[in-house]
Amino acid sequence: MNKSVKVELNCPAPVNEFDSITIGHGGGGKLTQNLLKSGVFSLLDNEWLREQGDAATIQLNGKTAFSTDTFVVSPLIFPGGTIGDLAVNGTVNDLAVSGAKPQYLSLSFILEEGLEMKLFQQILHSIRDACEEADVKIITGDTKVVEKGKGDQIFINTTGIGEMHSKSKMGMNRIKKGDAVLLSGSMARHGITIMSKRNGLEFETKLNSDTRPLHRICLELIDTFGSQIHLMRDPTRGGVANVLNEIAEQTGKGIQLNEKVLPVEDEVAGACEMLGLDPLYVANEGLFVAIVDAEIAEECIELIRKWEYGSSAVAIGKVTEDHPGKVVLHSAIGGRRVLAQATGELLPRIC
Amino acid sequence: MKYLSEFRDEEIVRTLLNKIRKCVTKPWNIMEVCGGQTHGLVRHGLLQMLPDQIRMIHGPGCPVCVTPVSLIDKAVELALEHDVILCSYGDMLRVPGSTLSLQQARAKGGDIRILYSPLEAVSIARQNPNREVVFFAVGFETTAPANALSVEQAYRQKLKNYTVLSAHVMVPPAMEAIMSDPDTKVDGFLAAGHVCTVMGLSEYVPLVEKWKMPIVVTGFEPVDLLEGIYMVVSQLENGEYRLENQYKRVVGKDGNRQAVDLVKSVFEYRDREWRGIGEIPMSGLFLAQKYRDYDATLKFGPLKERISEDSGCLSGDVMKGKIKPHECPHFGKGCTPEKPLGAPMVSSEGACAAYYNYATQESTE
Repeated sequence: MNKSVKVELNCPAPVNEFDSITIGHGGGGKLTQNLLKSGVFSLLDNEWLREQGDAATIQLNGKTAFSTDTFVVSPLIFPGGTIGDLAVNGTVNDLAVSGAKPQYLSLSFILEEGLEMKLFQQILHSIRDACEEADVKIITGDTKVVEKGKGDQIFINTTGIGEMHSKSKMGMNRIKKGDAVLLSGSMARHGITIMSKRNGLEFETKLNSDTRPLHRICLELIDTFGSQIHLMRDPTRGGVANVLNEIAEQTGKGIQLNEKVLPVEDEVAGACEMLGLDPLYVANEGLFVAIVDAEIAEECIELIRKWEYGSSAVAIGKVTEDHPGKVVLHSAIGGRRVLAQATGELLPRIC
Repeated sequence: MKYLSEFRDEEIVRTLLNKIRKCVTKPWNIMEVCGGQTHGLVRHGLLQMLPDQIRMIHGPGCPVCVTPVSLIDKAVELALEHDVILCSYGDMLRVPGSTLSLQQARAKGGDIRILYSPLEAVSIARQNPNREVVFFAVGFETTAPANALSVEQAYRQKLKNYTVLSAHVMVPPAMEAIMSDPDTKVDGFLAAGHVCTVMGLSEYVPLVEKWKMPIVVTGFEPVDLLEGIYMVVSQLENGEYRLENQYKRVVGKDGNRQAVDLVKSVFEYRDREWRGIGEIPMSGLFLAQKYRDYDATLKFGPLKERISEDSGCLSGDVMKGKIKPHECPHFGKGCTPEKPLGAPMVSSEGACAAYYNYATQESTE
């Protein structure tokens, strides 16, 4: 006997009745639309997203900077931030240190089946807040869902474009002997904060990540000093030592650092000692290195220090013709050592 | 950091260097036994500051460096073929086994977790009653008490899914092996302060008497290291040999008896192979009879046969003080931290990595 089954073609359940991400949310159908409309577009609303076209159309004047980055941090929520504001600030800062005013971002999610909707919402809110603070608009994006076990809850990619400051003349070829090496704040806060929350390594700390946008400071530096700012870089993964090594290798010049003046907060320094890590190699988020004409070094520091995020800015060393291609640290006790590139993942020591 | 700054004071360092310079009249070879001391010497640039007559020899005191290939292979096998949750200290991940490192095994799907304490591994075992959890117990006397405690806890909690793959080694038998090597160049030792914090000083007295060599128990900061070197040099210049304790602020004569008793109740001493050096009598810790249920090698089968380390790596000669890291023909060429031939290039405490990272790029210009 045939049993009559009534088929509902339109599922009446709205997206907010799901408490976690399902494979269906990545299917491109109604669930995807519901997730985007009620969860993403409403929060990040702007004229481009409202269009929902296959591409956003924008008008840019002059030279444009373009940068992309993917964020896979664990844990997703940490003191001082989330993977969401990291994804916004990371790309904003890559543009900022390139001398551009960040304007538009794309935002792509890879979500793992089972990701709690509440957590996703929390990350979205942090993305919105970070966009507001950095004054950037998310104008296009993508969402994919992978099966449980095939992702780590959420991966985020952001790509950003921004208009280059007309006075920016930065480049490796601008760096010359005698230039001052400046650091906009203290090192290793983000990396140590994240590590303090990792399974098996948890330790008590009052530290917060330094995730924050830097473009206002960077643009003011370029606006004020123009071509005397020779290069800026943000030392994220790999820390200050790796960024300076890249600069030394690419320019063929030496970089000399003074250990005595390296800014490291006491709590960060203590955690690094405990874990056997060197703060010069630990990740940062809201920090930049600037190589500037020695003549304006002091004025640059004064300018950076006026900003909340730059209050501990300091000159940490200089560019030299000695030891070409290498970064040499003059230790606090009068010794010298080469700071080499780090090898892969930072691993805490046994003893 | 206020408790550290006085041990990194430029003025005190200068004074100590002057004292050493005034005292030294002939060349001396001093071995710092511990990898942490090697790290301190290079990190602060002390090697270049010492007078030329003093040659520091970097000892076998990096537990990661001396763990035999066969044990790393066993750990890899446990993770990949027995589907255990393998817990390890971070340094161990990059050390090459005969085919894979633990890091490579993790990339192949092994459930390998970096922990800072074996007690965390016991918690993981409790939370995962249907999985086997193995702690790869590497280290010297310093980490042995915590590992012993983990076994003791698992025993009391009657856990059936927790075992230990013990690679523990003891420092004094290694010093004995170095002293008894007829080719040894060592004139005096800086003994590892942390080890003595646990074990006390008594094991070093017979070594000093037998081999008539100064041993100074020393800390890890620049001022500690220079003071220790000064104390060794003073004895050598005066033709003396005795045990001295530079690290009195941390090391007591008797060590930590509670920790020693725990280690002695959970482990027993047996001969142990050291990577790059060979077998050293009574230098390893193995689980005692009472705790045999917590021995991973008994539960999951014996170790693989001893693997030949024929990579051309001269790490054994480096760890015995016969050559400096950069005197190895592979140093910085076929052997780098990215692609190490031997373990001392892997761990940040390894003499080769310490040289590669801090000193040698400059010295090989």
